Amino acid sequence: MALKRKSKQFKWHHKHLLGLRELSTEEITYILDTAKGFEQISTRSVKKAPPLRGKVVVNLFFEDSTRTRNSFALAASRLSADIIEFTKKASSVSKGETLLDTARNLEAMGIDIVVIRHSAGGAPKLLSRNINACVVNAGDGFCEHPTQGLLDVYTIRKIKGTLEGLKIAIVGDIAHSRVARSDMWAMTKLGAEVIFVGPPTLMPSRADELPVKISYSLDEVIEKVDVINMLRIQFERLGGNPFPSIREYSHYFGLTVERMKRAKPDILVMHPGPINRGLEMESEVADGRNSVILEQVTNGLAVRMAVLFLVNQAAAQGD
Amino acid sequence: MNSELLIKNGRVIDPANSIEEECDVLIADDKIAAVGKVEKPVQKVIDATGKLVTPGLIDIHVHFREPGDEEEETIASGSAAAVAAGFTSVVCMPNTNPPVENETDVEYIHRKARKARKTHVYTMGAMTKNRDGVELAEMGFMAEAGAVGFTDDGRGVQDPSVMLRALKYAAMFDVVIAQHCQDNAFAGNGVMNSGYYSTILGLPGIDPLAEEAMLWRDIKLVKKTSVRYHAQHLSTAGSIELIRAAKKDSLPITCEVTPHHLLLTEERCAEYDTNYKVNPPLRSVKDVETLKEAVAEGLIDALVTDHAPHLQSEKELEFLAAPFGIASLECALALFVKALIEPDILAWPALIRLMTEKPAKIIGVDKGTLGVGKQADVTIIDPKAEYEIDVNKFRSKSRNCPYHGWKVTGKVEKTIVGGEIRFEA
Repeated sequence: MALKRKSKQFKWHHKHLLGLRELSTEEITYILDTAKGFEQISTRSVKKAPPLRGKVVVNLFFEDSTRTRNSFALAASRLSADIIEFTKKASSVSKGETLLDTARNLEAMGIDIVVIRHSAGGAPKLLSRNINACVVNAGDGFCEHPTQGLLDVYTIRKIKGTLEGLKIAIVGDIAHSRVARSDMWAMTKLGAEVIFVGPPTLMPSRADELPVKISYSLDEVIEKVDVINMLRIQFERLGGNPFPSIREYSHYFGLTVERMKRAKPDILVMHPGPINRGLEMESEVADGRNSVILEQVTNGLAVRMAVLFLVNQAAAQGD
Repeated sequence: MNSELLIKNGRVIDPANSIEEECDVLIADDKIAAVGKVEKPVQKVIDATGKLVTPGLIDIHVHFREPGDEEEETIASGSAAAVAAGFTSVVCMPNTNPPVENETDVEYIHRKARKARKTHVYTMGAMTKNRDGVELAEMGFMAEAGAVGFTDDGRGVQDPSVMLRALKYAAMFDVVIAQHCQDNAFAGNGVMNSGYYSTILGLPGIDPLAEEAMLWRDIKLVKKTSVRYHAQHLSTAGSIELIRAAKKDSLPITCEVTPHHLLLTEERCAEYDTNYKVNPPLRSVKDVETLKEAVAEGLIDALVTDHAPHLQSEKELEFLAAPFGIASLECALALFVKALIEPDILAWPALIRLMTEKPAKIIGVDKGTLGVGKQADVTIIDPKAEYEIDVNKFRSKSRNCPYHGWKVTGKVEKTIVGGEIRFEA
């Protein structure tokens, strides 16, 4: 309770949300508390509130995305902002319109908030240094996906009350996962113990220096954890041949009904979506009573509303 | 005697002739005429009291981008930058567009350099056609035209059989084969050192093994062929270990390091500032410490800049997409002072040796010395002058220099090339 009161007095001052690594525990808690207030808007008959009225949000997506893009669009619309959709393939060469040129053009149109997804780690930071609008990272390379990290901890906190002392397994392609990184920062800052689980070929360089434990055995971990977050195997990012076959991967790292039998009865099963059914987890588990996958989606909306609201507020305060 | 120039009372450092004393240097026409106490009256006198008088500095690793990318640098702008930085000789890398791969290309570089009339400009030729690592380039013709070595710099030669063939073939000529050691299979699409920082920044990393695996392979090949081999811009502790062993075996192997690998670590990439994106990448603290120890130990044969100018608009791209390279030619001396003299790793004579006599030997040119009768390339340095690096004052066309705003010590006062004063501060 003391912590909660403290966080209420806290003043948010970031006009960008680039990642969770640079946020303090208080700042993360403040976003979650703010999101809580927005949750009920979606349950009203008129699902709109006015805080972003007259503001323009651009969804600048250089990578394919459905749910994150829609979630941001819906969040912006619930806060009464106007939304521009801007979808473009990122160019990996130095030819064509550069990211900064694109952004400067958008800014010339008078936009207030850029929600950016990009295949290059650091692209949102580059943008934030070069435009006046607020920048919200909707996923950059395999660096961070801060709103996913926030909605994950929001979901856990909502059900378990706190993350303090929880053991959380994040399973799969850690090396190429921005979700794993954002989760790691948020979860550890809120007091949880995080275990990265996957084959060594899908662990990032110097994982031993991260604030997590590493395990190559889901069987060893499954009994101990309160939450398990199954990452999507992203075939487009894998590169090379990090495991011999999907069959063998699923055998060691798939969340099966069999494995679930050894889990704690109140374990939360999470997935950032979209699920490869039968690969990361069996359908019965995905749709089972421990699964909170759809709650994650619902909570994502409240979290994104909170983020848009807060960055806009910080910008208005002339930060 | 047409013209004489006397440099008086400087602290003359000429490692090639084991000279370090306060004395005078007399230049007659384009040659060194005397080193010692010169009493005779000379019309043109430079008072070098309190200054260092050294052989003209030599940088055997620069990119002047001509032909092909003249917006980034030209031989004229690059050599103007060089001479202002105390370099009287530089060696251009052949990764231009098109690459330097025949005698006409070599002659083109020389012609542009003569026209610029600033510093001596040498070039290496490509080891393989189009730097593709498949077919040998015309090393013989290029060597005859004056190419001082061969490299596919920017890339390493991947195929070991091609590399072996290049080394064998080069044995016909007295040339050095230089290599940018990077095994692409290990390096993948990496853009910075592989480690904690690449992990938290979400950027693909280049494992130190990419450099070390190729260097290890090349050392084995050199053992078979005994051709002079030069490992370019080494960056890892593991490479130093390999070099130490190779030198112990008395193999004809030399190597170089850059200021950025002596001064900067991977942590600098944390803000995605592309001025720190360079290949080989900035490595760990331990690597930097090991490179410095290697310099102290005498394992490093040359200090080079790997001056790699790039357009601002290209460096403004995402870290993933921006080109590799740091432009540091114009502040090179002060950077080496900061890296090696200030922490007491080297004294001035040892530093000057790695920037004159030793690199001259690697490329096989009769330079880097104040010996009587040699061409009068001389650099006069104020070792105590302090200044702040300002990229906006660079003569180079590019500004991709992470040292902007650094406070440094050690300034070039005058640069004399072939008896002519080509730069005065």
